[in-house]
Amino acid sequence: MSTGTAEVSAAPKAGLNKGRVLGWLQEYGVYAAIVVLLAINTALKPSFLSVENFRVQTFQAVPVLVVALGMALVIATEGIDLSVGAVIAVASAVIPLYLGYGSIASILVALVAGALSGLLAGGMVAFARVQPIVATLALMIGLRGLAVMANGATAKSISDPVLLGLGLNSWLGVPQMLVIALVIVVIVMFVVRRTTFGRQLMAVGDNRAASALSGLPVRRVLVTVYVASGVLAALAGVFLVGHGGYADPANYGLNYELSAITAVVVGGTPLSGGRIRVLGTVAGAVFMQLITATLIQNNIKNSYEQMVEAVIIVGAVYAARGRSGR
Amino acid sequence: MAQRQPADPAQLVLDVRSVSKSFPGVRALRGVDFGVRPGEVHALVGENGAGKSTLIKVVTGVYQVDEGEVRLDGRPVAFGSPLEAQDAGISTIYQEINLIPLMSVARNLFLNREPSRFGVIDSARMKREAYEILRGYGVDVNPSRPLRSLGLGAQQMVAIARAVQIDARVVIMDEPTSSLETREVETLFRVIRRLRDQGIAIVYVSHRLDELYEICDRVTIMRDGETVHVDEMARVDRLQLIALMLGRDLTDVRQHGATAFAADHDVAGEPVVRAHELHRAHQLDKVSVDLRPGEVVGLGGLLGSGRSETARAIAGALPLDGGSVAVGGVPLRRHSTAAAIRAGVVMLPEDRKSDGIIPNLSVRENIVLAALPRISRAGLVDKGKQDEIVEFFFERLRIKASSPAQKVGELSGGNQQKVMLARWLCLNPKALLLDEPTRGIDVGAKAEVQSLIDELAKEGLAVMLISSDLEELIEGSDRIVVLKEGRMVAELTGDAVSQGALMTALAEGDPSPTAGDGAQA
Repeated sequence: MSTGTAEVSAAPKAGLNKGRVLGWLQEYGVYAAIVVLLAINTALKPSFLSVENFRVQTFQAVPVLVVALGMALVIATEGIDLSVGAVIAVASAVIPLYLGYGSIASILVALVAGALSGLLAGGMVAFARVQPIVATLALMIGLRGLAVMANGATAKSISDPVLLGLGLNSWLGVPQMLVIALVIVVIVMFVVRRTTFGRQLMAVGDNRAASALSGLPVRRVLVTVYVASGVLAALAGVFLVGHGGYADPANYGLNYELSAITAVVVGGTPLSGGRIRVLGTVAGAVFMQLITATLIQNNIKNSYEQMVEAVIIVGAVYAARGRSGR
Repeated sequence: MAQRQPADPAQLVLDVRSVSKSFPGVRALRGVDFGVRPGEVHALVGENGAGKSTLIKVVTGVYQVDEGEVRLDGRPVAFGSPLEAQDAGISTIYQEINLIPLMSVARNLFLNREPSRFGVIDSARMKREAYEILRGYGVDVNPSRPLRSLGLGAQQMVAIARAVQIDARVVIMDEPTSSLETREVETLFRVIRRLRDQGIAIVYVSHRLDELYEICDRVTIMRDGETVHVDEMARVDRLQLIALMLGRDLTDVRQHGATAFAADHDVAGEPVVRAHELHRAHQLDKVSVDLRPGEVVGLGGLLGSGRSETARAIAGALPLDGGSVAVGGVPLRRHSTAAAIRAGVVMLPEDRKSDGIIPNLSVRENIVLAALPRISRAGLVDKGKQDEIVEFFFERLRIKASSPAQKVGELSGGNQQKVMLARWLCLNPKALLLDEPTRGIDVGAKAEVQSLIDELAKEGLAVMLISSDLEELIEGSDRIVVLKEGRMVAELTGDAVSQGALMTALAEGDPSPTAGDGAQA
């Protein structure tokens, strides 16, 4: 029987060397790239490794990371969530509307708005069987409009101390938003690795038909990941409002869906579902931020940054394709 | 290891000489000899893992040989890709048809060699020729229709016609009948005989012994990466064939008969599952089946007769327009797989790959998948209970995997099927619905699964068995409900559970709405 196993597993190894290189790149390439980018930047400008710069970079990277964590969960079900950028805008629009009830209340309302958006996306995907890309694209467009409408065309300035604290201050020297993000990383890792839900999530992502026939709550799993993605995107919106000191639904969260997807894919989570790399996603978000920082430090225009991002996502998906190859 | 050198090698169209092929950690082929003459149908048999697939892949240029050589018409060849092999005259018809489903029949038939004028495809001519060619294969279809609108049998004919059109000298057929109906198999065999008479060599790979004896002239038997026997098909009897494939003593096999089923079971008590007048437009027409503890009920019928649909309906996986399923006298309130599973009715699906295994999850995770609610507390999987279940079924079903952490997708078909059985058995079900439980698994695992079914019935489980393998259906079942076009046409009990009675019922059964109630054979 041992040969039987070999016959099956031997097939994907046909292009051994190329496959191995791509596989390694996909698995660990992001960590290597982070080291290389750090080295380049430090060589060009030693203060890149300073505490102050670390804080600056963190404030940029954390919102992307938080969104990417939710995106990774959705992608693990073979889905995609394009609405995250618009959810950030909605969150930033509702905060000034509810600040009168207190800062915590306004944050909660923002998170609930994200959850509702996720509920809508998940409902469309799970019950109406709308393709994830279509369902969330519709939300991406619709919610951005809603957010601008709710807020009015101009950005509103925010001076709430709790919000600004989340965006700018530290606990014991660590930026508050980073602490929260790391707690979320730990929670997501725990959920994915240890819980029944995590097991069901992987099964649904890998083979939905088989999961349904095994009596798994496929719809509940799908709705849950979209809700998680919505809530996390809204949290990123809260961080952005706090960091920027104003709410600007017309501009907040633009292109975040692409950055988040890139971070997830670069981190080694395949778009084909059934697998997730949480730490890889963290590394992916860090990597994306380092790319941005490198370009800014060398005075390369913002438009180039977007092009670089596009190249990276294609490269990462290509590497992933060579790896899963089934 | 070849016991006899095939006759004059000069007349072999395909001649594989002491070919070896290794993969990291395994020698898949060890000095294999394999010779095929023009104008013969040559059976290539062996258990899963014997090296058949690797041999085919070497011949068709998917893999390169490590040692030895492949000769075509006496000339050594080394194909870099299946396309090169095809150009040289070796075509392969795979289990899963590798044509383009959305393209028209004609386009598929002429793909890459479309008749054209001034660089523009001459579609009128293409359609006309396609129609004529396919009629020659007994397929009468409009060539403009998309390929996927054809039945699987007709699609396969298109694949074969295409292979022959590109001047194939050797046509390799890998389990060509696995998804065909009886009538389609007959057409296929007619075509195979015609190709043979034209001097084309056919390599025929199949698990179905009946077919091998019907269509094949010679046979090569492989085991553990070696050629163990080459002979005229007619000179090897079935038991000898199985013994050679398994590498077991002939007397040992003879005692067991062709399948591993023992005698009938003691059937006791009230039905545990009552399916009453299951109805679904175009698929099921008021089918009623009772399953009793300790009884194996077979579902007989041809492809498309509604056997799988009946099983899926009882398991809550097929939405119904009417009818009800009761378990232990209590009707299922919601018609869903989760509800059926909770009530103790579980189904092993027909298509293991697409509906059964979760390929990237481990063997362990696959086994306990359906049992998650029972081994979870506060949303966490209880590792102790999980390991207990996994260990128990690893032993009981003799699952062969490097460890419970191995991905299920990497196991052989037989072991995947055992994992699927473990997934259901660990729930202690009341009724087990088996849809083609031994399809596409090797002879050894097949016997194991069959005796397991026997054992489970003896332990009091209600079993429903669907099998296209008539021997398996008849020897395994205590009672057979025969379906035709979604209706019950006969019920065979006692001595009437025989090949003759079943064939008669299949051939003569009148699918009238009332037949199911009265027709006791």
